[in-house]
Amino acid sequence: MAANSSAITPTITAAIVDADRRNARDARADGAFRWIVTAAGIFVLLALAGAALSMLWGGREAFSTFGLGFLFSTEWDAVNHHFGALVPIYGTLVTALIAMIIAVPVSFGIALFLTEVAPNWMRGPVGAAIELLAGIPSIIYGMWGLFVFVPLMGEYVSPWLNDHIGALPLIGPLFTGPPLGIGMLTAGIVLAIMVIPFISSVMREVFLTVPTRLKESAYALGSTTTEVVWDIVLPYTRSAVIGGIFLGLGRALGETMAVTFVLGNAHQLTASLLMPGNSIAATIANEFTEADSDIYRSSLIALGFLLFIVTFFVLAAAKLMLRRLSRQEGAK
Amino acid sequence: MFNSIKSRFVVAGLASVIGAASAQAADITGAGATFIYPILSKWSDSYNNATGNKINYQSIGSGGGIAQIKAGTVIFGSSDKPLDPKELDDAGLAQFPSVIGGVVPVVNIEGVDAGKIRFTGPLLADIFQGKVTKWNDPAIAQINPDVKLADGAITVVHRSDGSGTTFNFVNYLSKVSPEWKSKVGEGTAVSWPIGVGGKGNEGVAAYVKQIKGSIGYVELAYALQNKMTYASVQNAAGQFVQPSLTSFQAAAASADWKSAKDFFLVITNAPGENSWPITATNFILVYKQPKNSAGTKAALDFFKWAYENGGKQAEELDYVPLPKGLTEQIEAYWQAQVKL
Repeated sequence: MAANSSAITPTITAAIVDADRRNARDARADGAFRWIVTAAGIFVLLALAGAALSMLWGGREAFSTFGLGFLFSTEWDAVNHHFGALVPIYGTLVTALIAMIIAVPVSFGIALFLTEVAPNWMRGPVGAAIELLAGIPSIIYGMWGLFVFVPLMGEYVSPWLNDHIGALPLIGPLFTGPPLGIGMLTAGIVLAIMVIPFISSVMREVFLTVPTRLKESAYALGSTTTEVVWDIVLPYTRSAVIGGIFLGLGRALGETMAVTFVLGNAHQLTASLLMPGNSIAATIANEFTEADSDIYRSSLIALGFLLFIVTFFVLAAAKLMLRRLSRQEGAK
Repeated sequence: MFNSIKSRFVVAGLASVIGAASAQAADITGAGATFIYPILSKWSDSYNNATGNKINYQSIGSGGGIAQIKAGTVIFGSSDKPLDPKELDDAGLAQFPSVIGGVVPVVNIEGVDAGKIRFTGPLLADIFQGKVTKWNDPAIAQINPDVKLADGAITVVHRSDGSGTTFNFVNYLSKVSPEWKSKVGEGTAVSWPIGVGGKGNEGVAAYVKQIKGSIGYVELAYALQNKMTYASVQNAAGQFVQPSLTSFQAAAASADWKSAKDFFLVITNAPGENSWPITATNFILVYKQPKNSAGTKAALDFFKWAYENGGKQAEELDYVPLPKGLTEQIEAYWQAQVKL
């Protein structure tokens, strides 16, 4: 017995030591893992702060020369060194807004069709097609816009808008202008086509995560497909859907090449959506190479900083608005 | 293991190849205007075949070219806009022309053929300022009695990016229209009173081709390649001339290079019966007392070779080679100014 126990003790001790060692190793690995992911998180913050601050630093000359006027001046005159950001800011916001007005409902439709309505054999190919669309470089959209879409807009859409909507009160002035085919409306539509794949593929993925149990219960209670979508699928996936929309919005705000091709790149503030305008990203892309004075270059970098700010505010405002909406819903 | 040894051999092999190449011939680095990129690549290819020397040119735009040469990161810079002698002195740079081209107005009017419609300088200024807005305006009709112009709106197309093409075009408008000079002025990018902006020559060409009743300006090569309706323009001598290599050459020859210090001369609105009024020159910038004198010497040798042997290739690409008198003046300028 004694001999037996003396034989067992070392085994147990060894096992305990082994377990201790494993615990220590696990703790170390866990610690390292924690550090690695923390570093990744901090890296994002550092990259963001670094980019924003370096642009603020690069744009300091513009901000100190023009002050707050930089935000509200429509002038952009490289000869006399007067720069103001209002036209690009306005163009960025308007084109992104048009894009979202078109893209959100359409993406919604695509995603719902693919998850709820489409026959099974269609879901795979159409889903793959959307993901392929998301991978097309923006320059391709720009060239397609310029060579295919712009003539269509100039030939048919702009004249029709002028004749039918241009005469209406209030929104009429938005749709009157020469039939150039180039302008903020065209840019907004091209942007919409570009962000639809992003938004709809995210929406599709999250709609697929809704448990079949929930949906089937609703159907069993006699719900129609529409009711299932509105009352089951959407509430279940709301925050992820919003995330998808933000992804699209972010891309629309910062898109450069495609917009440059179809926006018209004119530093003029006009109410009409059919007229050429400018956006922040397009202005920088167009003018940076030949910005031949310090204040010119500084103004362009300052524009880049403003794009940060504008994006931040738009996303924050959208988030606030949605939070308020969901709160109201909760109160109901 | 085997792979890494193999790749190490490849790297070593590459390094020795590169080392051997750089030992044989100096790499001449340059950066600047996009305008001369096509001809420079052609020249450098032939030059490489003839001498083994390589030119490495980055077409990053005139503004970038000036910045790079001032920072000393390249051996030569290139700009479509000449620097004035004071700026050159401050930076210790020498400046000389490389090749000549021209800017042509192009229009999109149904039923009008290339070269048929005429403009005067002041009329172009009025159109690009938005003072003349209809194609049947009396000011246009008066100098175009043979062309039938309908009542259509004029859409102005300009460059959206800063460019030497714009610089030469607005420099011409400033010379012929005091109002343009005071209200808009000249530069690689200006505050356009009206119009839409296309990116690059190809962007302007695409817009003009698509918008009915539009007018824009591009380099001759783009107008010819895209089969666009270019216009003839009245020159300083009062003649309406067609844009062509001959009329560009006439402008280059009649321009007063002799009295231009550091070749600081924009040859728009040049005198002479046959001169094209919107002729443009590209300029090269090198250091007068270069740190890398071997590199600068190699660059000057290259341009000397190009002046002597590159004329035919330039013409094939719709550039004008510099006239003989001018190249002699440039070589004398190198002797006097650049210490090698």
